[in-house]
Amino acid sequence: MSATKLQSNAASARKEKWQRYIESVKYAKYVIFHPFDGFWDLVHEKKGSVAAATTFLVLFLITHVVKLMYTNFQFIAAPLQYVNVLEQALSLLLPFMILCLANWSLTTLFDGKGRFRDIYIAMCYALVPFVFIQLPLVFISNIIAFDEAAFYTVLMSVSVVWSVALVFTGLMEVHDYSPGKTLTFLVFTIVGALIIIFLVLVFFSLLSDALSFFISLYREIAFRLY
Amino acid sequence: MKAKNKLLAMLLAILLLVCSCSSALAVDEGFASTYTYNYDYWSDIRESPDAYRVVDVLYGKDIAPVQDNGEDGALNAPQSMFVQGQDLYVVDSGNNRILQLTRDQATGKFSLVREIKEFTATDGTAITTFSNPTDVSVDVAGNIYIADNKNERIVKLDKDLNLLMVITKPDDTTFDQNLSFLPNKLVVDTTGRVFTLATMVNKGVVKFESDGTFTGYVGANKVSYSLYDYIWKTFFMTKEQRAQQESFVPTEYCNIYMDEDSFIYATNISFSEYDLLWDVAQPIRRLNAVGNDILIKNDHYPPIGDLYWEEGSQDYHGPSKFVDITVLENDIYVGLDRTRGRIFGYDSQGIMLWAFGNQGSSEGTFNNNGAIALDHMGRDLLVLDQRRGCITVFAPTEYGNLIYDAIGDYSNGKFEESAAKWELVLDRNANYNLAFIGIGRALMREDTYESYIEAMDYFKMAQDRDNYGRAFQLFRKIWVERNIGWMMIVLVVIIVIPLVLKQIKKRKMEVEAYERNQVAK
Repeated sequence: MSATKLQSNAASARKEKWQRYIESVKYAKYVIFHPFDGFWDLVHEKKGSVAAATTFLVLFLITHVVKLMYTNFQFIAAPLQYVNVLEQALSLLLPFMILCLANWSLTTLFDGKGRFRDIYIAMCYALVPFVFIQLPLVFISNIIAFDEAAFYTVLMSVSVVWSVALVFTGLMEVHDYSPGKTLTFLVFTIVGALIIIFLVLVFFSLLSDALSFFISLYREIAFRLY
Repeated sequence: MKAKNKLLAMLLAILLLVCSCSSALAVDEGFASTYTYNYDYWSDIRESPDAYRVVDVLYGKDIAPVQDNGEDGALNAPQSMFVQGQDLYVVDSGNNRILQLTRDQATGKFSLVREIKEFTATDGTAITTFSNPTDVSVDVAGNIYIADNKNERIVKLDKDLNLLMVITKPDDTTFDQNLSFLPNKLVVDTTGRVFTLATMVNKGVVKFESDGTFTGYVGANKVSYSLYDYIWKTFFMTKEQRAQQESFVPTEYCNIYMDEDSFIYATNISFSEYDLLWDVAQPIRRLNAVGNDILIKNDHYPPIGDLYWEEGSQDYHGPSKFVDITVLENDIYVGLDRTRGRIFGYDSQGIMLWAFGNQGSSEGTFNNNGAIALDHMGRDLLVLDQRRGCITVFAPTEYGNLIYDAIGDYSNGKFEESAAKWELVLDRNANYNLAFIGIGRALMREDTYESYIEAMDYFKMAQDRDNYGRAFQLFRKIWVERNIGWMMIVLVVIIVIPLVLKQIKKRKMEVEAYERNQVAK
């Protein structure tokens, strides 16, 4: 094979990859309006991609931050002087990942069909309505007055309810669960996430204790020797 | 604008620093400076300049004559005070007397007018002295009403202490006849109706007509109990235990005050702590004729005194408990908190003006649980300390007066003057939200594009969403009117041009299709 052909092969592979990414992003539109069908195909027909899912997750974090920073003060009560953008983003990202992890750890024991990758993709796609309603709302909040707050709050709750509903259907389709079982496992997932947080905290506190023990041991010996 | 504000704030900070240094160096007036503060939008404490300063402390032994038993005139467990004009009535309950003092307008000093210990009765009333009097009130005509607690009556005397009327236990089925009639607090309205709080009467304020007939109750408290009590009582007690316990009953009011418009302000100190912040407890109420609470609460938190406290009921723990309340000009009301010996001022909208005072033994502070009564003479506040037996007189500082003036000017429709005064308040306290709102409201009256923008800035600084929204709506209207031209152009560009292009494309396609057909033929 000639060098040019190899190159063109690589180029076409890149192009194909890019096209697949674009398509999987575009597929979000179908998912949010046809959740049952959409989530099934997303995972089982490989219509979704991790790259697209991560895009939505990043957009979700950006939305949260932008909302805090640029929503008109009539509609948000954030002490802006104390807001740390990174902290805010992490405060959503970490629980999100822990919840995904907790869900995977539990459902994998109770014949859930979804792998961690599938759960991650489904969860990220479920965030799409949140992003695409709340981002414009940030702008809208700057052109409406406090009297017209009903408009704002209704759209706000629509975005949240929609996303939560998608999380529910997403998990149902990914694991091939019944609605009742999904609901049960949603509750267990939250409990599981709390246990994970607890274990992590215990681990780190023990680790710091052990470290400080060795450090003080070293200091003691160093002090005796000199 | 922002940079300017920042500069201003910095200058102010430097000014404050200089001021505080110089005041520390300046000769003290001999009284402890009280610790004044306010709560900001985030419910954080913001220190503020003193709104009030102590000008005088009155001790019984200095003003009252030596008593019959040879003791000096020290007050013994005084319960209450009443102010009318320049006259101050002090109920010296432990000594069974009422002291009438008057204040010299020029010097501001109090002097004794008379000691009311007994009255003359022509109708054969046997007891003409008082036993543990608890409250006094004086009507416009100068008639004196005294709650004579242990004698179980209310007596009405004319100004020369001749008995006019005695009110005793109401002979009515709604009044529990097994109960003694122990009047604790009383107020009189302009028509001579008497409203009283009696011990163990939990149906509200007892109301008597001007001729002394009992006509019912006003504004009963709601029954309040904690969830814990409820669960314990309902599920874990036997029937016998339950019968022995008291049933849940509405609580009694603690104190009442009648403002110039004959509305009764009532305070309530028995509630569960958690009811406070959600405004279920409503420790301060303004009762209308039907007994409904019509107190206006437009702040982010209800008027409950301190917003944070440690739990419990020991010294310095627990929520603020308003044992007395008084109402100044423009419906500004001031409550006296027994828990921490603090005084809280609120404007007619329920927005806190200032809070100051503390427990302690220096002048301007009050003994632990000692503060019992509060009244005002003009803008001066008088606080009665039951344990120490003294009356502390507070006078507003320049800062305190400016706040009153600014509020007064606004309610009299002098908006510019009000704004000018709020500016002066801001010079002294840059954390004063009410001043920002006041200036913003005055700016809105100018009704120009620029003034709305500036007003919005001020409202934003005070986190006042309501007023900001109003200013914003007006600003938006003018903005749209000014910019409608290019907005229409943009609209045309966005909507019409694609339509036209689509049409052109369509025609082109048709033509092409036609030509193709022609070729095919």
